[in-house]
Amino acid sequence: MTTSPPSSPGRVFSAVKDAALAAFVALALAAPVMGFQTFVAGTEIQLEPRWWLVGYAVAAVFAGRLIFRLVIGGDGHQPVGQKWFRRKGGRPIGTPDAGGLKFIAIVALIVAFSFPFLPFTDRYILDLAVLVVTYIMLGWGLNIVVGLAGLLDLGYVAFYAVGAYSFALLAQNFDLGFWFALPIAGILAAFWGIILGFPVLRLRGDYLAIVTLAFGEIIRIVLLNWYEFTGGPDGISGIPRPTLFGIPFDRSSEGFAATFGLDYDSQHRIIFLYYVILLLALLTNFVTLRLRRLPIGRAWEALREDEIACRSLGINTTNTKLTAFSMGAMFGGFAGSFFATRQGFISPESFTFIESALILAIVVLGGLGSQIGVVIAAIVMIGGFELFRDLEQYRMLIFGILMVTIMIWRPRGLISSRTPSAFLHERKQISAENVSEGHG
Amino acid sequence: MEYFLQQLINGLTLGSIYGLIAIGYTMVYGIIGMINFAHGDIFMVGAFIALIAFVAIITLGITFIPIALLLVLVVAMVFTSAYGWAVERIAYRPLRTSFRLAPLITAIGMSIVLQNYVQIVQGARVKPLQPVITGGYTLMESSDGFAVNLSNIQIIIIGLTLVLMYTFSQLIAKTSLGRAQRACEQDRKMASLLGINVDRTISLTFVMGAALAAVAGMMFLLLYGVIDFYIGFVAGVKAFTAAVLGGIGSLPGAMIGGLLIGLIEVFWSGYFSVEYKDVAAFSILAIVLIFLPSGILGRPEVEKV
Repeated sequence: MTTSPPSSPGRVFSAVKDAALAAFVALALAAPVMGFQTFVAGTEIQLEPRWWLVGYAVAAVFAGRLIFRLVIGGDGHQPVGQKWFRRKGGRPIGTPDAGGLKFIAIVALIVAFSFPFLPFTDRYILDLAVLVVTYIMLGWGLNIVVGLAGLLDLGYVAFYAVGAYSFALLAQNFDLGFWFALPIAGILAAFWGIILGFPVLRLRGDYLAIVTLAFGEIIRIVLLNWYEFTGGPDGISGIPRPTLFGIPFDRSSEGFAATFGLDYDSQHRIIFLYYVILLLALLTNFVTLRLRRLPIGRAWEALREDEIACRSLGINTTNTKLTAFSMGAMFGGFAGSFFATRQGFISPESFTFIESALILAIVVLGGLGSQIGVVIAAIVMIGGFELFRDLEQYRMLIFGILMVTIMIWRPRGLISSRTPSAFLHERKQISAENVSEGHG
Repeated sequence: MEYFLQQLINGLTLGSIYGLIAIGYTMVYGIIGMINFAHGDIFMVGAFIALIAFVAIITLGITFIPIALLLVLVVAMVFTSAYGWAVERIAYRPLRTSFRLAPLITAIGMSIVLQNYVQIVQGARVKPLQPVITGGYTLMESSDGFAVNLSNIQIIIIGLTLVLMYTFSQLIAKTSLGRAQRACEQDRKMASLLGINVDRTISLTFVMGAALAAVAGMMFLLLYGVIDFYIGFVAGVKAFTAAVLGGIGSLPGAMIGGLLIGLIEVFWSGYFSVEYKDVAAFSILAIVLIFLPSGILGRPEVEKV
């Protein structure tokens, strides 16, 4: 832990002054919005003063800021808490060397595969694990676009939606099962990635971000309003469940339990779903890691580092961007199909902008371009979100605060080292500071 | 013809509101080059503060409308500015030297925080305000009885927007603060070497943006009469669209973009379909950007090697 420097009267005084200022700002913030509760009485709207709430808020801010200044000693410009987490060599925790990373990956894989049979795993935890792995997969998919190719995509949820609706509609209209529909949904999502990617190729940076956001919203609005095709706000229900080579997970005599001579347990289906998404996610990771070693993957990373240099060296930036977009979209589509079959019901409500923001947050919080970072961030964000389940209305607030604080604490993400795919003499870990973020 | 005129008036009114929010986006983008995602929610907070101020002032017994309006305007601008300042101080200043995506994520986080904060302290239900300003003028009437109306609220909104636009352009063009802002926009390091307090200038930019968003929030409240904690998202996205359309970083561009988005939305709803009005606005954004990548009044981005 940190050793706070000896307290001098001047330091305490300045901390108190600072805290008083913070409390004053808190008073200005809280006075109107917290101080008066609006409520509708009959046809009129009325106010009810709640000064005690303002008092609590101001006192909390004063105390918080004072403790912060005296104990942590942050002056606002220095990343908070960085000191705690520095080792002797000055290397932040979370940057294990290549061997360490491999070890962590193997342990994580063993835990992931044995997870459904661990003693503490009940139905609720397994459901949560399925959700976390879904987000890991989405994070890995988006990591191709944002982390590797450096294209900022704020509408990734569009491809998730395309995948989910493709499968749902294929199942409804053509009676296709999950395993037949899955590749088609992925191809359709990739196709949409190309359609949406093509016009935005000329755009860079934040322009690209806002147009992808717009596309995401357009797809959601179309899904919401094209009633005859998508069912509009009612969504699509009765989406078939996945089967194991044609064996369904139900009580029937052809069901999974009967075929393998087990007692019927509804948990079998959840365990199966867990393995399906785990394998899909691992496929995403495997393909990404392999692609990074192919010319196309190197072109993505080169594009992120310097687009002009790329063009000068004869890399076709149009194709490079489009492949990144469509690869990311395809994995988003797979995840969408899985989401549809798991829920059995989808509606446009599941594909709002906040979902895109959440996936992007997972990628950035984990550390752009870091595969293991996505895993950690997904567990922290989704798991943390579930942890506060009982505080229903406060949990989104806590989620937002968590997003802000983690980012301020570690702007380069929780994992702050990267392994470049091109190297001279030996493969090394480098600091994330040395990796460009791209302009696309 | 009458229908067209009516839609034109409605479009200009809505466009004024978008334009005022868009100025906040464009100023912040100009000076620190980031999308202030929480700006839409600052607008929402502004609308709530205006609502509370209105009810408080009516309860206090001030019924003379111009005075009440002025008081609400001042209260909303002052308190909403505090929110703008606080958001910058908490979420963006620590990341000033960081890479581009970090403040984007904190901005999205701040947006979630503000939305849920207002939802918790004020409740999730929509808040109606009884009409404060009534009346208006009938400009013309067609033979089949369709009248073109210009309500007093619309006059106030368009007039106030014009006044604010003029004041702010003068502020940016003539005052030392405006000069400091333009200097920071061009080269932050050089500006600080020449003795400009960069942190203070950036803070003031956020304060100005928030004050304008508060005015927009008050107008929204007067025009529609109902608000809830979620209005910030859609309005924010459209205002950002407006800022990009007009050429991000340009003040008159933001206003033009805002008016265009307002007109597109209103005409599309009036002549085609209400459901797809947002699709129309976003599609036009994409089309404009593809053929005019730096917006209508924006400077083309120079690629340096």
